[in-house]
Amino acid sequence: MNTRKITMCFAVVVAAIFLSGQVMAEPITINWWHAMKGARGKVIDTMIKAFNDSQSEYVVVGTYKGNYDETVNAGVAAYRAKKQPHLIQSFEVGTQTMMLSGAVYPVYQLMNDEGYKIDWKGYLQPVLSYYMDKDGNLMSMPFNSSTPVMYYNVDLFKKAGIPMLDKEKPVTWDEMGEITAKLVKSGVQGGLTFGWQSWTQVENYSAMHNIPFASKANGYEGLDCELLINNETVVKHIAMLKDWMKDNRFFYGGQKFQGPSAEFAAQNAGVYIDSVSQIAKLQATVKDFQWDVAPMPVEAWMKEPQNSIIGGASLWVFKGHNKGDYKGVAALLAHLATPEMQVYWHKETGYFPITLAAYEQLKKEGYYKEFPYQEVGIKQLTRRDPNKQSRGLRLGYFIQIRNIINEELELVWNGTKTAQQAMDDATKRSNQQLREFEKTYK
Amino acid sequence: MIKRSVFSSRTLPYLLILPQILVTLTFFYWPALQGLMQSVMRSNPFGGRNTFIWFDNFIILFTDPLYLKSIMTTFFFSACVAAVSICLGLFIATMANRALKAKAVIRTMLIWPYAVAPAISGILWLFLLHPSYGVVSYAIKHWLGMDWNPLLRGSDALFMVVIASAWKEISYNFVFFVAGMQAIPKSLIEAAAIDGASPFRRFWTITLPLLSPTLFFVTVMNIIYSFFDTFGVIHTMTQGGPGGATNILVYKVYQDGFIGLNLGASSSQSVVLMTLIIVITVLQFKYVEKKVQYTG
Repeated sequence: MNTRKITMCFAVVVAAIFLSGQVMAEPITINWWHAMKGARGKVIDTMIKAFNDSQSEYVVVGTYKGNYDETVNAGVAAYRAKKQPHLIQSFEVGTQTMMLSGAVYPVYQLMNDEGYKIDWKGYLQPVLSYYMDKDGNLMSMPFNSSTPVMYYNVDLFKKAGIPMLDKEKPVTWDEMGEITAKLVKSGVQGGLTFGWQSWTQVENYSAMHNIPFASKANGYEGLDCELLINNETVVKHIAMLKDWMKDNRFFYGGQKFQGPSAEFAAQNAGVYIDSVSQIAKLQATVKDFQWDVAPMPVEAWMKEPQNSIIGGASLWVFKGHNKGDYKGVAALLAHLATPEMQVYWHKETGYFPITLAAYEQLKKEGYYKEFPYQEVGIKQLTRRDPNKQSRGLRLGYFIQIRNIINEELELVWNGTKTAQQAMDDATKRSNQQLREFEKTYK
Repeated sequence: MIKRSVFSSRTLPYLLILPQILVTLTFFYWPALQGLMQSVMRSNPFGGRNTFIWFDNFIILFTDPLYLKSIMTTFFFSACVAAVSICLGLFIATMANRALKAKAVIRTMLIWPYAVAPAISGILWLFLLHPSYGVVSYAIKHWLGMDWNPLLRGSDALFMVVIASAWKEISYNFVFFVAGMQAIPKSLIEAAAIDGASPFRRFWTITLPLLSPTLFFVTVMNIIYSFFDTFGVIHTMTQGGPGGATNILVYKVYQDGFIGLNLGASSSQSVVLMTLIIVITVLQFKYVEKKVQYTG
């Protein structure tokens, strides 16, 4: 009995010494919550491993927290319980909520405080501009950014006698009308279908045609902004699409990407508008026909179309950690922005590299010679410097607003409302959401 | 006669129910109270800013024609789910009760769907009925020549979610109906048969009245199910669309609160939802239960 006690004491002392030694040398843990699963999740793991192996002061732990909504909600709950991670990935529609949350440490400030002199001019401006405040300060670090492009079925185009599309110069919507008519005539079930209709047909359409989506510079300059999507140009565009439904030149495949993407893969649609991040998916699923990528169509009167706007997510830094931790967070963000990491990220996921250096390196490597369709999105995104209409959207309760636009568009497609009525109602309903949001944060 | 057990100790009964009370307090009363408080506030989801605004959230709700529409959709949806699953459950139970061979196997097979979670049920039915890749929808479109499009037509979408929600509830009802039928004395039915009553008449005048307690219970449960548990079905199949045609109350709560981070609006909606369910259940107990015969 006695000897056993002594051994126990000895063991405890040894353990204590051993553990305290561990604590002293233990690197600081940086927690990063993200929403990337499967192949993309593995890419993140590789990037984290590269960082962890490159130094010994910090250990970054990446955790998949579910899709975007679930990740943001986990962040909200954690912040309220004072157990927030250092970094969280949040989608672009949540930008305004995150900015005003009072819970974040702006990235420009963090990098400044930690002594990183970053030349933000070396970044892709249309990507940065979505996450900047009105004075051009970067609030969160862009992470996965995409933009909508147009996919088309090369085989069906050939069969219908339609020439292949240019990778830089967009076709006009009038030409699209002819192309889709030819497709339908050649026996294809439908001409055009698209995913994420609010993002591709209203938000990006407005940006590329230099039309404000909302007042106050798309919401950047004040919470008292109002939606402006019931303007003549947008309404005409929606009405035109509705008109195309009569002869199946356009048909509706669903709000997100699953339906429309399945229609394109099944060759029920010859043309499909969706995010560049669909490239990887089409590469994996489409085996029985050739497809290619072209920029989004624009109206004939728009001689110099603006850049398209991004979708995707960015990394936000939460407040409330030790000073020492933030040094690690800044180092991680700098690591993620290195050309090496960005090139790897772009090649593996199809999301844009965020720095010009990475873009140049990819060009030099001849990557775009090998995969020309990967460059269509970047070229469309960078064809002009972003202006107040095309730098992004900064709306409160933007998720609800997108839902409203989706609902109202569906009511146009199924013939319940006219394009004008639906856009008027969408504007009215969205403005109520904006006023609610304004009251919350005033 | 009901037997009464008597505890010798005074504290023991309280101790025995304590775990249950604790569970109810933490997982029901506490969140419900939080919801009530949140419903009269306008707040930043990250905390910090909470403004007390009296009943503004409720006023916004009830002046929104779309919210009133969502209430009507919910009632309609709920009535359809309950009606379909009760009628089919009762029909199948009657048939299964008459089956002579492999009774146990048939019953087990019929109970299985209940083990499927609503979200999975939604996915399964979506694979059958989705206009782009659904097998059954292909048959509907190509063989029946019907224009089936739940992506665009609200009535199609509603039909689809009702089927998917009712499907798994049929098994639940089936279990209770079979149990209820077995409790009905054989002699009553035999006597009626000797008197020359047809199978339908025997069912209508003997089985059904004697099943009324079960029927009542099942109705209450089905309505509660269709108000809350069908969330998974809606989420996987239609996300409330098209154009809000399947946006039932519980889905709207999720959309506004969980995805949209508007906690005030979402909480006030859950308070309304809770009140509705309380009212429906009380009404059922007050008026419908009177018609229920508990003893034979």
